Amino acid sequence: MDSTVATGSEESVWGGGNRPLNASYGKLMMWFFLVSDALTFSGFLAAYGFSRFKFIETWPIADEVFTHVPFFHGNYPMIYVAFMTFILIMSSVTMVLAVDAGHKMKQNAVIWYMFLTIIGGAIFVGSQAWEWATFIKGDFGAVETKGGRILQFVKADTGERAALADFAKEIADDREVHEKRNGVWFYDEGYQTSFNLNEVTAGLKANPNILIRTETINNEGEKTLLNREQTLEKIKDGVMVVEGANLVRNEYGSRLFADFFFFITGFHGFHVFSGVLINLIIFFNVVIGTYERRGHYEMVEKVGLYWHFVDLVWVFVFTFFYLV
Amino acid sequence: MAHEHKLEIFRGLLKFKSNTQKIWGVLIFLTIVTAVEVVLGILKPEMLTQNSFLGMKLLNWVFIILTLVKAYYIAWDFMHLRDEKSSLRRAIVWTPIFLVAYLVLILLLEADYVYEVYKSGFVEWNF
Repeated sequence: MDSTVATGSEESVWGGGNRPLNASYGKLMMWFFLVSDALTFSGFLAAYGFSRFKFIETWPIADEVFTHVPFFHGNYPMIYVAFMTFILIMSSVTMVLAVDAGHKMKQNAVIWYMFLTIIGGAIFVGSQAWEWATFIKGDFGAVETKGGRILQFVKADTGERAALADFAKEIADDREVHEKRNGVWFYDEGYQTSFNLNEVTAGLKANPNILIRTETINNEGEKTLLNREQTLEKIKDGVMVVEGANLVRNEYGSRLFADFFFFITGFHGFHVFSGVLINLIIFFNVVIGTYERRGHYEMVEKVGLYWHFVDLVWVFVFTFFYLV
Repeated sequence: MAHEHKLEIFRGLLKFKSNTQKIWGVLIFLTIVTAVEVVLGILKPEMLTQNSFLGMKLLNWVFIILTLVKAYYIAWDFMHLRDEKSSLRRAIVWTPIFLVAYLVLILLLEADYVYEVYKSGFVEWNF
């Protein structure tokens, strides 16, 4: 399989005939791009490492954050992310098989393997969207202190996390609703948490079974649990209720944690999404027989390189974001 | 471009009859490694979490090494680096490794310094 355009004679060093790396122009350029993209991702992950080492004693524990599996209730740390990893590796395999079939000029096999690859990519992107939705919605809720630290709540008897709804006391008060006609016309009221700080504090005082868990990680690698007196003392530092996550604050802990989650998995998800689109284009080209007429399937190999790279990056994101 | 594929992995310990077979073999290997990672992540064996090396838990070292192993097989067998010329392979692999190792070293040292400042300096941040 040669490059698309035959140029010059093989002896001519300057005519393009000389290929010391024994790879076509397009493939080399794909590698150039992948190396530079790898450096971009490394920059993100290194920045994540920087922030994490900076707050090594208070960083959220990923096992406690990513515990959901769609359609199942309960606590399943890592299971769904492992499933996503497997899906992506699987779609990488079908991609290699497509490239392999392309070498043998088997058009129908390439079509099927490309199709499976695209399905795998779509499942992965969908899973990531679901992960984001779950992460943004949050599940237990927390209180933020004046210094921007997060206080979470635990049931003293079982040691399980307590959701705000489990103990907060509804206090009927008439909060003035911001309306455009009686307030600042260009402001919306914005999102309101389901309980305000007074309700959470009152509920905490009334319910002796609830303890506060701070961000600090103790020697056993778990978050520090305060006793009842410390709990009642600590809640006085609270300034607001936090539910779910956004770019400013999140209920899981350090603010940077959610920022990096959105940036790194978002950037990766965008890569997967564009990979699916590029695969689709090549898929249709294979279907209409473009490469059959061209005489080789090198384009499939080139998009294959991109697709494997996306898988490769996920392997690192999986380790550094979810496992370590 | 070379049509021939090198069909051995694990330094010739395992030889496959065809490229397709090798691909499935590598998939099985990668799946096993991922499964090991997840099981270790859930169990968190005491031996690995209580001991540390260079300021990081042994468990995390295990994860990082297993990740590099996975990355190696993805790049070598899925991205066909095994079949490329060694000069191309080295240009692709060592450039990022050198740059990333340098960046990570600098950033993590700096982060550790900032951590010390927060911990023992006169900055109050946890209130």
